[in-house]
Amino acid sequence: MQLGFLVDLRLCMGCKGCEIACKVENEVPLSTWRLRVKYVDVGAFPETKRTFTPLRCNHCANAPCERICPVSALHYLENGIVNIDKERCIGCAGCVMACPYGAIYIDPQTQTADKCTYCAHRVASSMMPSCVVACPVEANIFGDLDDPMSSISKYIQSHQGNVQVRKVEKGTDPHHFYVGGGNVTLNPLASVREEGHNLFNNITHLPVGGHH
Amino acid sequence: MAHEMIAASNAIVTLDVALPGIVWGWIITMNMWAKSIGTGIIFLAFYLLKKHPEQTGFIRFPVVAISIVFIHIFLFFTVIDLHQMFRFWHIFFYPHLTSAITIGAWMATGFVGMLLGMAYAIYMKKDEALYDKLLNYTVLLAVPVTLYTAGLMAQSTARELWQMPTESAQMILAALLAGSAMMILLGGNKFSDAVKKDLAIVLGLAAAASFILYMAELIFGPMKAEEVAAVLHYVKGGEYTIMFWIGQVMAFLLPMTLVCLSLKNQSYYLLKIAAVSALVGLWVSKHVWLVIPQLLPMS
Repeated sequence: MQLGFLVDLRLCMGCKGCEIACKVENEVPLSTWRLRVKYVDVGAFPETKRTFTPLRCNHCANAPCERICPVSALHYLENGIVNIDKERCIGCAGCVMACPYGAIYIDPQTQTADKCTYCAHRVASSMMPSCVVACPVEANIFGDLDDPMSSISKYIQSHQGNVQVRKVEKGTDPHHFYVGGGNVTLNPLASVREEGHNLFNNITHLPVGGHH
Repeated sequence: MAHEMIAASNAIVTLDVALPGIVWGWIITMNMWAKSIGTGIIFLAFYLLKKHPEQTGFIRFPVVAISIVFIHIFLFFTVIDLHQMFRFWHIFFYPHLTSAITIGAWMATGFVGMLLGMAYAIYMKKDEALYDKLLNYTVLLAVPVTLYTAGLMAQSTARELWQMPTESAQMILAALLAGSAMMILLGGNKFSDAVKKDLAIVLGLAAAASFILYMAELIFGPMKAEEVAAVLHYVKGGEYTIMFWIGQVMAFLLPMTLVCLSLKNQSYYLLKIAAVSALVGLWVSKHVWLVIPQLLPMS
């Protein structure tokens, strides 16, 4: 079994329901996110378009975070999920530095690394990740990539030519796909990031782990 | 390329979470800087004791003492940077051998053990032969201890600027620079002219080679990767430009110049100024190179 995720960006409307559901399900502390939705506006008035991109851990088959972790706190589950053992983590932040997707953060409460686990605890109970359940337009598709009859496999097959992954050049072999994505949505260097245009207008940078 | 893409699409991030701050900051700079001195002085001691054994015998104890002090400064800053520092022992009981951090921790532990053995040999037993024998193994261990940080930076897949070939060369050169500078300051006027000349040449060449590597990165790096180009903007007119050039001048350009002048004028005083400048500049240049890749948004 190899669990994977796919987001159809053509369906996503940026409601952030997934973001909130993840926060609640996993008790993600303030100032940190396992999943977030980024808004990027494209074009010049009146020809403008707003894009929405949910961003989370890519659960790479060749995960840099797993490789750099000195104590195997980051490890693979049998279903392909890159999980984290917070009791073992020493908080060296090597994984934060290694992840090319910026998906790992230091939990300010436990002072250990944390990230999306595809809701491994729910998956173990045969439930879908909370973000999948919360999405009102079924833009999030989750399932077994090894099973050709799974909904994610069928979705990938039916959208061949329009399925992307982020930063393929890093060789991480991510198990998180996007349909309808492009440079603007998937490449952080393809958009301008002006100070003040974030959730906390005056806060442009967050302290790592709540201090330092 | 990114510049042209943005101009074409006028894409602007309009709503997102705030970016994470600097993950590895001045504490890690201190870590790398202290380690360069701790291992570098061992490299230089090995060289001097082989080439000029009769004129440099007095360095045996001070060298091992300085190395022990700076390696412990390195270890101190390594541990305090951990968000869960009291779990440091996990590295030894749950080691993950694909990680450069694990390898570095094991190697550094062995290195400290060898240093303590050397200190015991020269201070307690007064046995120079045993000291020199242990030094042969210590200098071998000093190589991976010096290089593991380059491995760690290379394993930081997100940070395109740090590549193993250049970072490992930079780490060795930093150790030679810091080691020769510290040895110049340690020796005072006790060294003969031949030893002083050797130290000056090591300092000057390490500074020159390091400077060439930085300039090569600065000029050719952007041609290879879009991310590198974006990162180097921070030192090409960006917010770290002044600090970058202060580091380059103090660590490399000024020492190179002063080394040339000191060799020409037989001035040990200039060499000492070069040594101090190199040590201060090394901290600054290491810090800039550590921080700038962390300024780039990853997602």
